[in-house]
Amino acid sequence: MSDISRADVEHLAKLAHISMTEHELEKMAGELAVIVDSVKTVADAVSSAAVSGDVPATSHPLPLTNVFREDVVGEVFTAEQSLSNAPDAEDGRFKVPAILDEESEQGPALRGPAAGEGSER
Amino acid sequence: MTDTIAEAEPLSYEEALERFDPVLGFEVHVELNTVTKMFSSAPNAFGDDPNTNVNPVCLGLPGTLPVVNGTAVESAIRLGLALNCRIAESCRFARKQYFYPDTPKNWQTSQYDEPIAYDGYLDVELDDGEIFRVEIERAHMEEDAGKLTHAGTSGRIQGADYSLVDYNRSGVPLIEIVTKPIVGAGERAPEIARAYVSAVRDIVKGLDISDARMERGNVRCDANVSLMPKGSTEFGTRSETKNVNSMRAVEHAVTYEIRRHAGVLSSGGSIVQETRHWQETSRTTTSGRPKSDADDYRYFPEPDLVPVVTTQDWIERLRAELPEPPAERRRRLRETWGYADKEFRDVVAADLLDEIEETVEKGASPAVARKWWMGEISRLANARDLDPAALGVAPATIIELNSLIEAGRINDKIARQVLEFHVDGEGSPEAIVEARGLEVVSDDGALSAAVEKAMEENPDVVEKVKGGKLKAIGALIGPVMKETKGQADAGKVREIVLEKLGIEG
Repeated sequence: MSDISRADVEHLAKLAHISMTEHELEKMAGELAVIVDSVKTVADAVSSAAVSGDVPATSHPLPLTNVFREDVVGEVFTAEQSLSNAPDAEDGRFKVPAILDEESEQGPALRGPAAGEGSER
Repeated sequence: MTDTIAEAEPLSYEEALERFDPVLGFEVHVELNTVTKMFSSAPNAFGDDPNTNVNPVCLGLPGTLPVVNGTAVESAIRLGLALNCRIAESCRFARKQYFYPDTPKNWQTSQYDEPIAYDGYLDVELDDGEIFRVEIERAHMEEDAGKLTHAGTSGRIQGADYSLVDYNRSGVPLIEIVTKPIVGAGERAPEIARAYVSAVRDIVKGLDISDARMERGNVRCDANVSLMPKGSTEFGTRSETKNVNSMRAVEHAVTYEIRRHAGVLSSGGSIVQETRHWQETSRTTTSGRPKSDADDYRYFPEPDLVPVVTTQDWIERLRAELPEPPAERRRRLRETWGYADKEFRDVVAADLLDEIEETVEKGASPAVARKWWMGEISRLANARDLDPAALGVAPATIIELNSLIEAGRINDKIARQVLEFHVDGEGSPEAIVEARGLEVVSDDGALSAAVEKAMEENPDVVEKVKGGKLKAIGALIGPVMKETKGQADAGKVREIVLEKLGIEG
């Protein structure tokens, strides 16, 4: 049985911004372990004699590559259209709550490329 | 748990370098100048009204699908080749997931385990001409995020009441260039840092794949610094200073981080692995966000985009079209033009190589081209808060002005005025000289009268000249120029004065 702990589930839930109760965390840990075990069947197949050699993981099942677009401008929204579903707006921009890290005492979460977040190495 | 020292007075730079060897690393983000965005056909343009260069893809609306911009892929390959990288035979995009309002779909489409370019190097030229090789780990394609404005009393993210988001920049194509750890930089680390960013900027400019304007964030640098005690080969803990967005700031940020790390390590403390923020005014860095398990981006291959596969033919075609590398071009131009070192450095610093090269190609001498671009054109541009190139002075205009001077039809001073009239839209130099009657007064009669008048009004000067002080003639030139509205030729004035006084020049 795969070892998916309650802490693993809690961590994932936090990353995915999913709020879960104590009960759900416990229950999900057990269920996820079963799911991971099922998927593990693939690993067993690879290591068995039935499938030999190096089998790369499949990320894209379709035999398609290089689907490109011409660098030509298409339709755009007006600012009014862009903001038409926004819960709140100001000066032609989306208005969002003040951004603080989940652990607010650590200060703001300066993430994303705008804050220059680099790649993982 | 015992408290570890994480803050201490920074050491002096010299002292820091006596005890430690710096290790650097850079992540440079380059915004491409494609017409449209990385994954959608919305325009990639700067300075428009908020949220007008967006479509459903840029806003991350449900059900939208990305399509890769082929031109951006070619730009990435060309940059990879210019950085001496290997180009991946096959690579794919990945989702980097985090929640932040500048990224409306809650992930950034990037590349993770399969960058399009990897294992390259860039030879960086230092101030004294020495070459330092920076190894490139990878260059990958990704997209930019929207722009946040923090509203509130402070105007900063801390204490903001709310934030406003403009998604015009959301989806703009980016290439992130990541170096391998740079060792052996020693005391020249800050200089190498500046030279590296400068070299990357030159390359993307030379390739014409980015506007490369650092003040607009077209080229953005994150600088990693760590220290090893002298003699050690084990890397220390690094800090990552975000968004140091000018050459000078990169140099200062690296200097400061070396001093700060040395201060902490020398007092027995340890460096916290964290992001730092560069403070331009104090030239220091401040603590940002600690690296933690929150940096778990759960990357996975982007299912909505198929892999990019390159062929040898494609790569070789792009390689054949690469422009001359900027460093080689500079060497060639310096030799051909024969400028003094300082003259050439000034031209490079003023970013006028292209303009001068074109002017020389059209037939001006290198000296004349430099004189006009570095002199009057730069001055006029500066006064109008424009780039010299933006004044719209064509090489032919410079050549025409110069031939008017060489023919003795106007002098330098008038030529400068003619240039300004030209910039203001009065036509060609020839036409301006005619229309405004600016031709040098070579008519001896008129000039002679003006000289005579000046001599009558300045008898003391005339006495001095008679007494042998020929330099005193200079004092007569001003009044003559005034009389002739600046159109007299100074040499000619001198001749006439001497002639009138019967002195052999």
